[in-house]
Amino acid sequence: MDKKDIVIKVCSGTGSLSAGGKDVLEAFRSLAASTGTQAEFRDRCTAHQVGCRGFCSRDVLVDVIINGEKITYELIKPDMVPRIFEEHILQGDPVDEWMAGEQHREFHAAQTKIVLSHCGEMDPESLDAYLASGGYEAAHQAFVRMTPGEIIEEIKRSALRGRGGAGFPTGLKWEFAGRMRSKEKYVVCNGNESDPGAFADRCIMEGDPHSVIEGMMICARAIGAERGYIYVRDSYALAVKRLGLALRQCREHGFLGSNVFDSGFDLDIRLYPAPGAFICGEATALMKSIEGKRAMPSPRMWRTAEKGLWGRPTVINNVETLANVPRILGRGAEWFAGVGTENSGGTKVFSLTGKVKNTGLVEIPMGVTLREVIYGIGGGMVEDRAFKGIQLGGPTGGCLSEAFLDSRVDYESLALAGTIMGSGGMVVLDETSCIVDTARFFLDITQAESCGKCTPCRLGLRRMFEILQRITNGHGRNGDIELLEDLGSHIRATSLCGFGMTAPNPVLTTIRYFRDEYAVHIKDRKCPALVCKNLLTYSCIQENCTGCGLCKKVCPSDAIRGTRKKPHKIDQDLCVKCGSCFDACKFDAVLRE
Amino acid sequence: MVTLNIDGQDITVDRSYTLLDAVREMGITIPTLCHHPDLSLFGGCRLCLVEVSGMRRPAASCVTPVQEGMVVQSSTPYLERLRKTNVELLLSDHPNDCMLCERAGNCKLQELAYYYGLRENRFEGDRRIYSRKDNNPFLQREMEKCVMCGQCVRICDEIQGVGAIDFAYKGLWTKVTPPFERDLDCEFCGQCVGVCPTGALTGRIWAGKGRQKFREVDTVCSYCGCGCILTLAVKKNQIARIYSRKDTINEGMLCAKGRFAYEFVNSPERLTRPLIRTAPKKDWQLNDSGRYAQVKPERSSTNSSGVFREVSWEEALDHIAFRIKEIKDVHGADAIGGLASARCTNEENYLFQKFMRAAVGTNNVDHCARY
Repeated sequence: MDKKDIVIKVCSGTGSLSAGGKDVLEAFRSLAASTGTQAEFRDRCTAHQVGCRGFCSRDVLVDVIINGEKITYELIKPDMVPRIFEEHILQGDPVDEWMAGEQHREFHAAQTKIVLSHCGEMDPESLDAYLASGGYEAAHQAFVRMTPGEIIEEIKRSALRGRGGAGFPTGLKWEFAGRMRSKEKYVVCNGNESDPGAFADRCIMEGDPHSVIEGMMICARAIGAERGYIYVRDSYALAVKRLGLALRQCREHGFLGSNVFDSGFDLDIRLYPAPGAFICGEATALMKSIEGKRAMPSPRMWRTAEKGLWGRPTVINNVETLANVPRILGRGAEWFAGVGTENSGGTKVFSLTGKVKNTGLVEIPMGVTLREVIYGIGGGMVEDRAFKGIQLGGPTGGCLSEAFLDSRVDYESLALAGTIMGSGGMVVLDETSCIVDTARFFLDITQAESCGKCTPCRLGLRRMFEILQRITNGHGRNGDIELLEDLGSHIRATSLCGFGMTAPNPVLTTIRYFRDEYAVHIKDRKCPALVCKNLLTYSCIQENCTGCGLCKKVCPSDAIRGTRKKPHKIDQDLCVKCGSCFDACKFDAVLRE
Repeated sequence: MVTLNIDGQDITVDRSYTLLDAVREMGITIPTLCHHPDLSLFGGCRLCLVEVSGMRRPAASCVTPVQEGMVVQSSTPYLERLRKTNVELLLSDHPNDCMLCERAGNCKLQELAYYYGLRENRFEGDRRIYSRKDNNPFLQREMEKCVMCGQCVRICDEIQGVGAIDFAYKGLWTKVTPPFERDLDCEFCGQCVGVCPTGALTGRIWAGKGRQKFREVDTVCSYCGCGCILTLAVKKNQIARIYSRKDTINEGMLCAKGRFAYEFVNSPERLTRPLIRTAPKKDWQLNDSGRYAQVKPERSSTNSSGVFREVSWEEALDHIAFRIKEIKDVHGADAIGGLASARCTNEENYLFQKFMRAAVGTNNVDHCARY
């Protein structure tokens, strides 16, 4: 056999592990051992896990790199491994039919990977791998060669803004905290990502934990903090495990502890597994939680940078924000600022889901249009149906209509359209999605996740949810739209924290852009997207019906009448709207409207 | 000092003030449910909203520090609408059984509903319904009437230092409860009852004793030497409930005894006149070693603890003087000891020790709290 380098990279994010990623990796390793390949090539043949690369619908993804030539396989199961090993690795003949195709290229081609650059490339559990890629050089530089003022200046010039959603300039935040005189200061990493469908922070923590820690180290140095906390949802078991491992490795190598890099500066970072309520991600609630109290937001009488954790100056940054920091120091603020728009530098990771062909984690530069994301990276709509709307920023974000397809994805443009960047959720809706039902879905989450402290959020959201529920159940009343608008703007105006201020957004934006659909639900008792079950009617198209009786057989409530070979009828009083007849009919004779 | 403008009037206040303090100092009324001057700031009820020039949203005045040059509106049609909607929301999750509620007539929520004329409610919907679970003689909790002001939680933690209750659950189902929803097991000081703005927390012994038109009688608590000022709410010469006002030396705080243990006042078993006990003679005898020892009473003796005889104060005091003299003559003054009580005032205790030392002539004086 020729001399060659063999690297096998198996995706091992949570998505991949549940698809059998661990078994796939084991299969490669045992084959390498049993065929003698490992013995022959020694350290020139490696098989290791890598972080999630975002395209989880195609897991398990496997890269086989021979002499630098990379072939990616998708949807790999452990029993497919022997053939890949035999044909590709031993004989040098890639298995064409399992190779990742056009979709994979399309998905990755339009992305700019900065934060996610290590995910899919590097073993997240190996400090050596991180060091080999230049890891902790930025931290070393920050501790040894730069003054705190220089670090803050660099971050300010990079135009990095908080990726948690509100978009506060990170450099400014650090500057406030740095200016404070205090015996103790804290740096906190907010990893309480709770938006349904959003998994960007999870992916970073699982796939590149050392970047987060390095970002925290640089932040701690810049503001003069000696203690840091990584606040991660306990339900992110893999993230908790890998961050814990990474912290241990750092302590062993002296990157954390006393006298870091011989700079005379002490720093310890601890992991705080969070109870995992949605509201724990709110800065003041998060601090309460670390202090051991119930996570309820407090009124913001002071900046967190002035009086935060235990009343001390504290910087709370999102996972993604912190993971950007080592890259900025490594490659320079100008390069980073050049990637994004004038006001917000760099990229943002979005969780693209819904009715698009390619779903997954996408990293795009600030200022890209929604159209580019949906039709470029997303590969267009499923079955080429018409685009209807896009919910941005998770359950407290807003829903935008087709008119906004060409608007840019940055903090200002999105705020102008009435939504937020949020944690980067993008749920694409097509003509088969009901707007009212979507709004109800998001309100169902937020009303249950309200901490219950302030009146408008605790009761107002619940009442909005009840009104939406009644509309989708066909009991909408005249004036309900106005009542929703009134209550929504009331909650926005009077709530205590950012959660309440943004939670009515899905309803308010959908009413703003899709008012007609609400009106049809209430006045005509119809759901144009045919989603709201209680608003549907099933009837028989007499011309098409052959009287085959199939529908009669499947109907669970005996609502269908008729004699054989004669057109049938559906009794509306008995119909339970299950849709069985619609699915069963072979002659398109059942009309659903 | 900071100067700001409220409703067109300039006012100069201390830098530490919140907007609510400043507004109230001007004599302007702003409704609040969750604010308590002695407790930490909460900002939950969202009724004390004011408009501040330059701020995007209305600010909750109880948690907004004053700043130089602020221009504040404490009441505008917009603010009143917001406050009204918040009260309306609170009432949409309230049993509205003022007819039977112990706090009717003395309830902040009822007063607000009256003020805003809320007969109809646009937001009828799901309500919390809880079973009652109170096996104590002091407190009655009806948590569906709770407005989540959090005053009970804070006073229990911050003033009383007990922390028996806290919030649990989320959303509509948020609830103030002891740990793991067990029954209340605390010292039953009733501080929470004292601050509750609605009928969610009441005294169990208040029930059926009347709600309004009380005669208020100020008195000093007789339970200990702290001397808390009590206000007795009296109806038909019976105490219906006890509370304490803010401007007293105890700043309105009371303990379980002062607040709830008043049933003795009208008890038929209460001692109202002195009693003299005639002890059986042969209970205690000098033994050989010169010490007193108890001997078993003879079987024929009917009452070993003696017989109480109701007497006048003159007779009682004469009896005490006679016996003290007698003991002093026979055994010397140091055979006598005096025990006073922590329930007495300092002055009374001073007099007592003076009496024991000067009149009786012994230093054997003590009392249960030894101060």
